[in-house]
Amino acid sequence: MDYNTLLQMLDTTLRLATPLLLACLAGLYSERAGIFDIGLEGKMLAAAMAAGTMAALTGSAWAGLLAGIAASMVFAMLHGIASITFRGNQLISGVALNFLASGITVLAAQSLFRQGGRTPALTGDARFSPITLPFAEALRDVPLIGPLYYEVISGHSILVYIALAMVPITWWVLFRTRFGLRLRAVGENPAAVDTAGVSVVGLRFAAVAVTGVLCGLAGAYMATALQAGFGREMTAGRGYIALAALIFAKWRPVAALWACLLFGFFQSLALRPDVVQAVVQFKVPVPFLDALPYILTVLVLAGFVGKAIPPRAGGEPYVKER
Amino acid sequence: MDRLPRWADVVLVPMISLLLAAIISALVLLAIGQSPVEAINVMVDGALGSAYGWGYTLYYATSFIFTGLAVTIAFHAGMFNIGGEGQAQLGGLGVAVVLLSVPWPHWTIALAAATLGAATFGAAWAAVPAYLQAKRGSHIVITTIMFNYIAAALLVYFLVDVLRPPGQMDPASARFGETVRLPALNDLPIFNLVFTKAVPANVTLFIALAMAVVVWAILWRTRLGYQIRAFGKSESAARYAGINPTKIIMISMLLSGGLAGMMAINNVMGEAERLLQNASEGAGFIGIAVALMGRNHPLGVVLAALLFGFLYQGGAELGLWTSIPIEMRIVVQGLVILFTGALDVMVRMMLIWCFGLVRSGRAAAAAATKGAA
Repeated sequence: MDYNTLLQMLDTTLRLATPLLLACLAGLYSERAGIFDIGLEGKMLAAAMAAGTMAALTGSAWAGLLAGIAASMVFAMLHGIASITFRGNQLISGVALNFLASGITVLAAQSLFRQGGRTPALTGDARFSPITLPFAEALRDVPLIGPLYYEVISGHSILVYIALAMVPITWWVLFRTRFGLRLRAVGENPAAVDTAGVSVVGLRFAAVAVTGVLCGLAGAYMATALQAGFGREMTAGRGYIALAALIFAKWRPVAALWACLLFGFFQSLALRPDVVQAVVQFKVPVPFLDALPYILTVLVLAGFVGKAIPPRAGGEPYVKER
Repeated sequence: MDRLPRWADVVLVPMISLLLAAIISALVLLAIGQSPVEAINVMVDGALGSAYGWGYTLYYATSFIFTGLAVTIAFHAGMFNIGGEGQAQLGGLGVAVVLLSVPWPHWTIALAAATLGAATFGAAWAAVPAYLQAKRGSHIVITTIMFNYIAAALLVYFLVDVLRPPGQMDPASARFGETVRLPALNDLPIFNLVFTKAVPANVTLFIALAMAVVVWAILWRTRLGYQIRAFGKSESAARYAGINPTKIIMISMLLSGGLAGMMAINNVMGEAERLLQNASEGAGFIGIAVALMGRNHPLGVVLAALLFGFLYQGGAELGLWTSIPIEMRIVVQGLVILFTGALDVMVRMMLIWCFGLVRSGRAAAAAATKGAA
């Protein structure tokens, strides 16, 4: 594998890691606040459908983005109502919302466009176009670093850079602000937060809302930047892989970035059978490559996580004493 | 908080959850410009209006009894097995391997062998996530979901590269042969008086019903069942009582995977008579809704499986006769899981409030009559 192929692979890695990263950070807020969220997948899917639809109707990717966030937010609030207000089982609520999203996205797309549950292919301003970062052209001829900057780091849509920026922002919010301290506390010991006179319900809803926004970004990215439109089940388990990355990262933002880049790299391997074959020196069946990201996810969860300790109050509904 | 009477908890709560799911489904249909009344007419007519329709409804219900029982037994051990779909796919592979490798002389022997093959393959597919949960603490929900995707890829590999007969284009195994054909309900005496046309429902239905009894007996009439339920209620208490967590996780998940795999004798051996891609058609996921709706009791699972058999067959009829996409089934499924599994507290709170109204109404009436006297 030469340097150019490697750069291409890294470029694909970054593009594929972006939805994982956004979903992973989304899950981070929710789970740090003590709300397990299996429903990242469904929220991404709903957002992808809404973004694809709105972008197709208005011709504006930004309108699509807003619609995506709104759709994801609806599902996030449903999850909040089920698991915070009515203290339901958070895993089951997430699974239910995933099915709901899986069915309703196809239903909506089919009744709107009659193209077999897809949204029309997006062109021009309806998609987020690549941005060339400053000096990318000028530095292109610098050995090693130039092509790296030009091929891998520059030339992505704005959502990729937003996702990357969310990593330090999330770190700062969680570990350097009053809101973040309270959010983490509510995931560890909600009774203490309640005693301090801060609303557990309010904080958890705020966290779930942030999850909704970030999943909205992830879904909109899928439909309006990574691909040109929504197709049924287009998220293909990315929400679950993001959860695995979150566990791998032990619920920490910077580690989440590396975990998502790793899983993004696994996904990029599945797209390049020729490269895999050149490296391992024998023909690998295509279905195996398709399954590779999922197999590696299991391996990572099984072997390399070490002891991942989730937030202590995670999954437990908070019952105020009476 | 007041408690509900037991009958209300067992009967009313699932009924009202179902009603709420139906109302939302109707609203969804209205939102996409379809008529809910017409939809329900088509569904009832197509699924329950004829013996032929019942033949399909019972066929789907058979699969859902297996997957519902699979989710139920894992639930009782505190495990959430979302991998029923993958385990059912592997069960199909087990059936195909068993039936294609030996020329079975009669369907009865073939059925016994295929059942064993299906259960073994399904259980094996559940064993890895179970082991990882027990020994490495990998979350069973995520690993079983990953194993669903891996199973799908594995099946593609086997159907395209291994089991596909030479010269055939579509990814499917060879046909199993006439001798191993399972009798459908229209082939059985007495039943053929009702089912005059060929229907897909077959003798597997009776195996499914028998498994419901077996699961009930295991859970409530054996020491193992007691240990499983104790472990599911409180892991720390069970551990303290000397119950081995690894053993319970492994056994309950093996039983669960085996049951999910066994559904393959219904769809692969009983209906398609060869292994097709995505043979289980989401039945593994329906098991979650069936288990929740059936309150994790085998009797409830059988009833809920019938209900979902109706929804599935009715949904297919919708796809045939109306412009409502077949995905409507998944929406209903999601809503049922949401209301029965996650919003059950809401339904219960509503009921407690209603019961409170009735009770205070009665008290007021009693006080009024006393005052009058």
